[in-house]
Amino acid sequence: MAAPDVAPGAARTPGSAALPAPGSRAAGFRGALRSEFVKIRSTRSTYWTLLGMVLITVALGVLECYGAAHDFDTGGDFDPTNRSLDGIFLGQLVMAALGALTVTSEYSTGMVRTSLTAMPRRGVVFAAKAVAFAAVALATGLATSLGAFLLGQALLSDKHMNATLGQPYVLRAVIGGALFLTFCGLIAYGIGMVLRHTAGAITASCALLFVVPLLATVLPQSWQNDVNKWVPSYAGNQMFSTRPDPADPAMSHMFSFWGGFAVVAGYTALALIGGMIAFRARDA
Amino acid sequence: MDFSSTPVATPPVPERGAGMIEARRLTKRYGRQVAVDDLSFAVRPGMVTGFLGPNGAGKTTTMRLILGLDRPTAGSVAVNGKPFAQLAHPMREVGALLDAKAMHGGRSAYNHLLSLAEAGELPRRRVGEVLDLVGLKEAAAKRSGGFSLGMSQRLGIAAALLGDPAILMFDEPVNGLDPEGILWIRTLMKGLAAQGRTVFVSSHLMSEMENTADHLIVIGRGRLIADCTVAEFIERHSRRCVRVRTPQPDALARAVEAAGGSVRDEGSGRLTVFDLQTDRIGDLAFAGGVRLHELVSARASLEEAFMELTGASVEFRAGRPREDRQHALTGGEI
Repeated sequence: MAAPDVAPGAARTPGSAALPAPGSRAAGFRGALRSEFVKIRSTRSTYWTLLGMVLITVALGVLECYGAAHDFDTGGDFDPTNRSLDGIFLGQLVMAALGALTVTSEYSTGMVRTSLTAMPRRGVVFAAKAVAFAAVALATGLATSLGAFLLGQALLSDKHMNATLGQPYVLRAVIGGALFLTFCGLIAYGIGMVLRHTAGAITASCALLFVVPLLATVLPQSWQNDVNKWVPSYAGNQMFSTRPDPADPAMSHMFSFWGGFAVVAGYTALALIGGMIAFRARDA
Repeated sequence: MDFSSTPVATPPVPERGAGMIEARRLTKRYGRQVAVDDLSFAVRPGMVTGFLGPNGAGKTTTMRLILGLDRPTAGSVAVNGKPFAQLAHPMREVGALLDAKAMHGGRSAYNHLLSLAEAGELPRRRVGEVLDLVGLKEAAAKRSGGFSLGMSQRLGIAAALLGDPAILMFDEPVNGLDPEGILWIRTLMKGLAAQGRTVFVSSHLMSEMENTADHLIVIGRGRLIADCTVAEFIERHSRRCVRVRTPQPDALARAVEAAGGSVRDEGSGRLTVFDLQTDRIGDLAFAGGVRLHELVSARASLEEAFMELTGASVEFRAGRPREDRQHALTGGEI
């Protein structure tokens, strides 16, 4: 049975026009990134999850600012910016769930195998997925952070307790809040790549972001002073504060904005490196 | 002897494995279980190559190894002369359908294909073209989660065709399809092969491959059993035989065995005779005064031969069927 000598790609699929010749550059990151954006925007769950994240974060911030404006507890050194962004402590969990789902939904549906058949270079796929998710997370995070800040300050302005974006460190804190949310999603993304299962990845991410800080509170105070600043949520809180809170003894031992940023970025890097190693090494 | 030229043993392969899938001593173990065991074969362009084996023989694992989804424990496999992950434009070179349901059910058929087209850096218009080609144009905007298995298979085939690749792989593509769908896939695969493409399609049904494939690669328990054309496979594994019905089976059996044939007694006066033709048996019966009620030339069922071959795969080594299987069953002496 002699094989006709036909060059690859020379034959045409029935009923189709010829494909334009590929460029000299191999298929890579650019296409993979566009592919990931198509995936993100073409599932309804993405929109619902993001909407939930925005609503929870803003609503909690508004509630807290309403309370502060009605003289519940403002403390000695009240940070109106941080108070209005307090909802991030719940928003981070939703963002983590979304980051985990970005990966684990591909494993649960089997889509990951189809994706890797289209683009088998795993480092490229891993990076494209992470960048596409981070871009969406950061954009949504900025809208959330700014929305929560503006609404919160509007409530606080009744009592002239409000901050403005022009004040020192305020804009940095608003952007920092969005960055923290993005980092939380990326940490869960990395964990998702390691665990591959939705429930496991979300549980592990929530444990790290939510349960670890609770566990830290049972430690003796002297230990807490050394340990708490390394806890992701506490370090993250410094990213959306305009000052350390000296009224709170637990807060006085915290890192600065940049220290907190470095700690959270470090956790993110660890999770991403672990996820990348797992994704590249294992059978899909 | 001329020692300067290239080795004579090199098969006439197109330049650097173009359009070929070449496995060399491919082995995959999961823990202690061996899924693919020292498998070597080549799939060539311009024909449909059937990849046959019972369920669990290692067909899907082999295809996953070809696509780099799984890493081989030992050995290697090249597509177009390279490991799949090193191809410059994977989607333009290889299209594969492994699992029709391996897609996000919440995404529309169009968006599913669009995400793949973007990954392959292919023009968006290809999505519409392949949807049209597989007959899913009307369902383009529908979520793939609601698709029947047949529609999912069509969508998976559309994905495989997106990059207009010269090499195509389908894993059990007719599973769960209605007769119309099966005919459609058969026609499509033959058409793709006729265009000079490499078509590698797995099945656990011999009858399916008999009608579609030109060449067969048969495996059992991860090992190669046969690598030959369909005609050769039939010739080798499905022996000619003659079915005879007579009121005097013992007399005929003696005469046939004396003439060098072998006989299997099927009971109630029915005999199956190997190694002799109908005319010779008729003559022997006439000479021996044996009355014949039936004398038919037949062929052992290919499906049967395949099952016997793969079921006993541990007893076989590549391409060597046991010669005397039927003789061993001869019941003439009773």
